[in-house]
Amino acid sequence: MSIRDPIREGLARGWKVTDASALERNLAIETDVVIVGTGAGGGVTAEILSAAGLDVVLVEEGALKSSSDFRMREAVAYPELYQESGARKTLDKAITILQGRSVGGSTTVNWTSSFRTPPATLAFWQSHFGLDDLSENALAPWFESMEKRLGIAPWTVPPNENNALLARGAEKIGIPSNHIRRNVRGCWNLGYCGMGCPTNAKQSMLVTTIPAALERGARLLTRTRVERLVVKNGRVEGLEARTLDAAGVTARAQRIAVRARHYVLSAGAIGSPAVLLRSGAPDPHRVLGARTFLHPTVVSAAVMEAPVNGYSGAPQTVYSDHFLERAPIDGPVGYKLEAPPLHPLLFGMTLPGLGETHAALMREFANTQALIALLRDGFHPDSRGGTVGLRDDGSPVLAYPLTGAIWDGVRRALLSMAEIQFAAGAKRVFPAHELAGGYASWKEARDGIERLPLEPLLTRVVSAHVMGGCGMAGDAKRGVVDSHGRHWQIANLSVHDGSVFPTSIGANPQLSIYGLTARSASVLAESLDGRVAPIG
Amino acid sequence: MTDRRQFLKAGAASGLALALAGRLPSAWARIEESARPPALGEKDRVVLAAIVPVMLDGALPATPAEREAAIGATVDGVGIAVAGLPNHSREELGELFMLLDLPLTRRLLAGVSRPWPEASHEDIAGFLQSWRTHRIGLLRSGYQALHELIMAAWYALPASWSAIQYPGPPKVG
Repeated sequence: MSIRDPIREGLARGWKVTDASALERNLAIETDVVIVGTGAGGGVTAEILSAAGLDVVLVEEGALKSSSDFRMREAVAYPELYQESGARKTLDKAITILQGRSVGGSTTVNWTSSFRTPPATLAFWQSHFGLDDLSENALAPWFESMEKRLGIAPWTVPPNENNALLARGAEKIGIPSNHIRRNVRGCWNLGYCGMGCPTNAKQSMLVTTIPAALERGARLLTRTRVERLVVKNGRVEGLEARTLDAAGVTARAQRIAVRARHYVLSAGAIGSPAVLLRSGAPDPHRVLGARTFLHPTVVSAAVMEAPVNGYSGAPQTVYSDHFLERAPIDGPVGYKLEAPPLHPLLFGMTLPGLGETHAALMREFANTQALIALLRDGFHPDSRGGTVGLRDDGSPVLAYPLTGAIWDGVRRALLSMAEIQFAAGAKRVFPAHELAGGYASWKEARDGIERLPLEPLLTRVVSAHVMGGCGMAGDAKRGVVDSHGRHWQIANLSVHDGSVFPTSIGANPQLSIYGLTARSASVLAESLDGRVAPIG
Repeated sequence: MTDRRQFLKAGAASGLALALAGRLPSAWARIEESARPPALGEKDRVVLAAIVPVMLDGALPATPAEREAAIGATVDGVGIAVAGLPNHSREELGELFMLLDLPLTRRLLAGVSRPWPEASHEDIAGFLQSWRTHRIGLLRSGYQALHELIMAAWYALPASWSAIQYPGPPKVG
């Protein structure tokens, strides 16, 4: 049976999409609103503004790839669909960052986990950042409408074995776990969400909001890297961009200039602060690029008696928030437990060690179960996140110090995961750490993990959730933007993406971005005299 | 230039590494000449071809012909990956391979006394194990870069999949 490709069909119908890698001359564009980035924030903004009758231009650094291109091959997917081929790192190289880079942004490659912003996180934002209007009740209708729009619903198919083992292990030691809602319609349960959904079941921006906007005449520029906004007297007067080569790496001579009534940054929590830094945007309170959060994530692999086949079946369908709820939100750093998909390239890179040690563990690939713990950073006084800065060539880099509070959480997380894995029947457990040789019992693991030196580049730390850097606050002193994403110093500029979060979320962030963006974009549409239509 | 400095500053090795870097003006100038740092060069491939069989010891096929082909394909895979990286990463990797390639730094930093094609398995394994847990973070990051590039290149190849009982992606459409 052949699968329809709604993107290629749309292109054939005449969508206004320009691949800038093929542009032969400079381009100057005028529009009502230009949106930088096509991920969770850019997609939702484009749909709402275009539905309000506004003329919209979307600018994307990556390429336009769609289901016909998504062949479930890691070697193809990571260079095509991820920032820096999936090898983006923090400044000291201690943390690997997975971030999307194609039309749809990270929503094209995420693992579909959908959570509303936890009430405890919103309460912290109210008490510490003056975001009094972001209450659970006030946001509920926005989440509801986006859930309806993106098919976010309980996943009723039984979890794959990798996830079922998390549920069984947790139950054995008396820890509650729950099922994760997913943004899918007609999912085939294949397990390759991270390489682009080959069946268009995942309701990413690529197959929902962006096609809707393009259908209404919005324009999309791909392979276009925004260099700077021209900021004068508290207003943006223009946007300057470079065209990229076909591989999306090197800038070409041809330039693109966009003039708009309003400018929206949705380039993600590394990209959006970087555009503002390159633009010399006013930052009187030194908050731009600061408080950037990652949900620093650690990994534990377990060899089970029976096949797990962690590459097969929907990833991340079971979670436990037990270790987020045990202490106050600003107490010892808590963590969310999930079970990721396992594929040879990413798993081989993540497993520490080399030679026969590494090969022996890889031979157990089919019987391997893996857990990840996502640490909730940005609440404990010793967890203030990292800082986005610029290299000499203007490219962004995140310096993220792993502080004592984080390492304390890492140790507890490695212990929790090992305990759950042994309770689920693991023969051996291997925390992803260069000095952890593998443990044969929970007692051995407990003793071993207590003694592990927790240091950068010995402990494997990864992140798929970059947040903050253009934080929201109720006043200009504490944030870059207000609770509607409007820049405190620049009148016709908004930020709609995960960079506006003043802390991490404490859950996979896509739905938080969708909901907050729907709210901000609707207010923006009204302020630009658009006709706001309901979403969903 | 800054990227090189950042790479060198990133760890406690800055003093040593910068001192060594000062001895290498011609090689640095070679990178300065073009705006786009070169992808993997022939010298880099020689270094990699020696490291790959040690990093992948136990994972590569046993028969000599298949083994040679697997090493070659892995080195090619690293080359393709490096070609797709942004300039700053390519510059940093260029520095790493330069340090490994030049006899003085190969001996001092990697502890490998003979040229790579003649180095023993033990010498190369000793170098990798030493950098893997080195007290100097910069050298750990150098090891991690090699680990990541080589593991990614090998496990991207369908030739690696049967040994780990991975059936490959399912058929759709």
